[in-house]
Amino acid sequence: MKAQPAVPSAPTGATSTTGAVVALEHVTKRYGRGDAAPAVNDLSLTIGAGEICVLVGPSGCGKTTTMKMINRLIEPTSGRITIAGEDVGVLPRVELRRRIGYVIQQVGLFPHMTVADNVAIVPRLLRWPAARITSRVEELLELVGLDPAGYGGRYPSALSGGERQRVGVARALAADPPVMLMDEPFGAVDPIRRERLQNEFLRLQEKVRKTVIFVTHDVDEAIKMADRIAILQRGGVLAQYDTPDAILGSPASEFVERFVGADRGLKRLSLGRVRDLQLTQPVVVRPGDSRSDARRRMTEDATGFALLLDAADRPLGWIDERDLRGDGPIDPESAIPGAPTVQPETTLRDALSTMLLSSVQLGVVVDERERVLGVVSVDDLSEALRGGDGATPSARGGPQA
Amino acid sequence: MRSGQPFIRLDWLVDNADQLARRVGEQLYITVIAIVIGVIVSFGLALLVRRYPRLGGPILGIAGTLYAIPSIAAFVLLIPITHLTLWTAEIVLVSYTLVMLVRNMIAGFRAVPADVLEAADGMGYTNAQRLWRVELPIATPIIIAGVRIATVTTMGLVTIAALIGSGGLGYVIVNLGILRQFPTATISGVVLVVTISALLDWGLAILQRRLTPWSQARAG
Amino acid sequence: MEFLGEVLAWYVDPHQWTGRQTLGGEIGGTLLLAALSLAVALLIAMPIGLYIGHTGRGAQAAVSIANIGRAVPSLGWMGIAYPITTALFARAGHGLMPSVIALALLGIPPIVTNTYAGLREVDPDLHEAGRGVGMTEGQLLWRVEVPVALPVIMAGIRSSAVAIVATTPLMSLIGADTLGDYIIAGLNLNDTVRVFAAALLVVVAALATEALFAWLERRATSPGLRARAADAAAGGPFNAEPAGAAG
Repeated sequence: MKAQPAVPSAPTGATSTTGAVVALEHVTKRYGRGDAAPAVNDLSLTIGAGEICVLVGPSGCGKTTTMKMINRLIEPTSGRITIAGEDVGVLPRVELRRRIGYVIQQVGLFPHMTVADNVAIVPRLLRWPAARITSRVEELLELVGLDPAGYGGRYPSALSGGERQRVGVARALAADPPVMLMDEPFGAVDPIRRERLQNEFLRLQEKVRKTVIFVTHDVDEAIKMADRIAILQRGGVLAQYDTPDAILGSPASEFVERFVGADRGLKRLSLGRVRDLQLTQPVVVRPGDSRSDARRRMTEDATGFALLLDAADRPLGWIDERDLRGDGPIDPESAIPGAPTVQPETTLRDALSTMLLSSVQLGVVVDERERVLGVVSVDDLSEALRGGDGATPSARGGPQA
Repeated sequence: MRSGQPFIRLDWLVDNADQLARRVGEQLYITVIAIVIGVIVSFGLALLVRRYPRLGGPILGIAGTLYAIPSIAAFVLLIPITHLTLWTAEIVLVSYTLVMLVRNMIAGFRAVPADVLEAADGMGYTNAQRLWRVELPIATPIIIAGVRIATVTTMGLVTIAALIGSGGLGYVIVNLGILRQFPTATISGVVLVVTISALLDWGLAILQRRLTPWSQARAG
Repeated sequence: MEFLGEVLAWYVDPHQWTGRQTLGGEIGGTLLLAALSLAVALLIAMPIGLYIGHTGRGAQAAVSIANIGRAVPSLGWMGIAYPITTALFARAGHGLMPSVIALALLGIPPIVTNTYAGLREVDPDLHEAGRGVGMTEGQLLWRVEVPVALPVIMAGIRSSAVAIVATTPLMSLIGADTLGDYIIAGLNLNDTVRVFAAALLVVVAALATEALFAWLERRATSPGLRARAADAAAGGPFNAEPAGAAG
């Protein structure tokens, strides 16, 4: 009797499928002779459908090994792994992997294929009809913020690091797998771009709701991304498996405390997001506006600065009130260049860091197209912290506890 | 040298154009056979090394020893075994081609980035699919570069094989030219070899560009 | 097997060691011709390679030399040199003159390209450091660049030497006294023993040259550079084709 696929294949063209429950039962991986310490020792873990579970721990803790046992790039020595109740060991490996999205740090885009062909890889392996593949590729490129017309025909060598990462994510989502494995996917880009990519992925996850197993060594990334964090000790021993809030608030052991770091308090700032704050609207000016008009509008504004926007509502810089004296149009050159921006998904911790960078000490909140939504200040942040026990973790439609 | 004659006799070239054409044909025939067999066999060896990486050392080692053997000696040493047939020349020529190409093909496969291989496995390619759809296309530029070098080198070796009677442009250079003290034949033979080698190299370079459209793109 | 016996007998046959053409003489002739040609090649190629390597000018020339060297077969150099020398010098243009010219021309490209490549690879910081302590350009070249580039340069010289030794027997066609005489005569007279015996000696000469220069390479490389030397031993950057395939 032919084994049933472990997970149902996607309905026609839909972008959201509920993820599947992934369960690890007493999974062990041992290398070499019997007496060597196992890489993963009797690990049991259940990841709820549609959750992001972050595996985090010091090097040698077996987090990547554990992840790779789910799509059988590494075979467990003993134990069972199931997806939606079906044992992954039953299905032929190749078929299993075609139903799991896989994203790695260097991305591994095929250099000899265009972006569109790269994204289309798994659908082609699954023999989808050509028309469906084409529309799916377009859909996905737009989903990750890349214009299909501009990017589809390009080769990976013509893309920046951030663009490659996005194609990697699109490629993993192509066949609409219920489970995604991500191994330090944003590790190869600079911190600013990483923050953006994290935010974009979180927005994406809100739409597609996959079960994601995410490996990272960065505790802050774990706190930001996870619905639940699994902290692993050397040998794949589970130290704590809980929501970020719980881990920060009640670490289960000294190891967890040490691993999370002495700045646990500050880290709790990572639990809150900019969208939890009240945005204020700055005084907005555009090049060519009259100065006297701007001054008049600023009489009620306590900050002493006006935000200069371009025609697409994107921030160009702050203008000191004192530079607005006199008559005539506003000179764009008088703006203090560089208004550091944050997005609604940015954690309060990163937002604070950004605000402190600006000489104006205000964070400009923008949407995914860099258009200004509002402004937050350090005061707004402390206000939020004071109200209640720490910042309220924003609802992401997280796990049913 | 005959006195009173011009150095290069164009009339001789015209008169003997058909013989020259025949020799060019022989030259190409022998070269192409050697290259084609060499490519097939070295590809097979490279697949073997891909499957059993430990074989890489010994195979490359044997290739390395073979390379130091002078070709004239190689051709001649085979005579007691295969006598003076085309096979003598071809065996030696294919061997030299292998020496160059095996190293090249193995290098080509090793040049596929590890993350690409990992991604291919993770996405669900079978071993065969990974070989044909991922590794081979990526290795192609390196492999073709090797075929170019092998082709030009083989053309040179074929001229030497003329000494054991396999014809080709070596016959023109040596038998019609040097041994008869006839510069016209000598020089025209050399010119033909170099020109045809250059053309073959150029043709393969174009093939290489055609097969690898992605190598032209660069990050903005 | 008895064939091999005949070959061995041929070596020790007193007939080979007396008279006008002796085995010893032919072997000596081969080695002398090869050595002389290598010396000439070095004399011409090293200064060129050192100059364009040190100054970085003429990179295009280096590439062209490499391409020409690869495109012209060993027989080709002979085919170019011989008609010209006999046209200019009649009888004197046989034998030694065209052979040395042809073999030297064959041996020049590997030396030039490897010397150039080796010097280019030298860390530019070393240039600055050397000039900073007051070295002249010449001192910089000989005391700093060449020692660092030596493994790659030696690999080029080795490649050249093996190619020359492998091609020297062919020079019998234009009158030189080399082991090639036996091969040509043997082919004409269908004397397989003679042909085989001489060819075997040619192989030994080539392999011995390879071994000798590999040893020289090792001796010449300072221990601090051993790792880079291992790279160069694989043949150096321009040494894609087998050296023996030249001859």
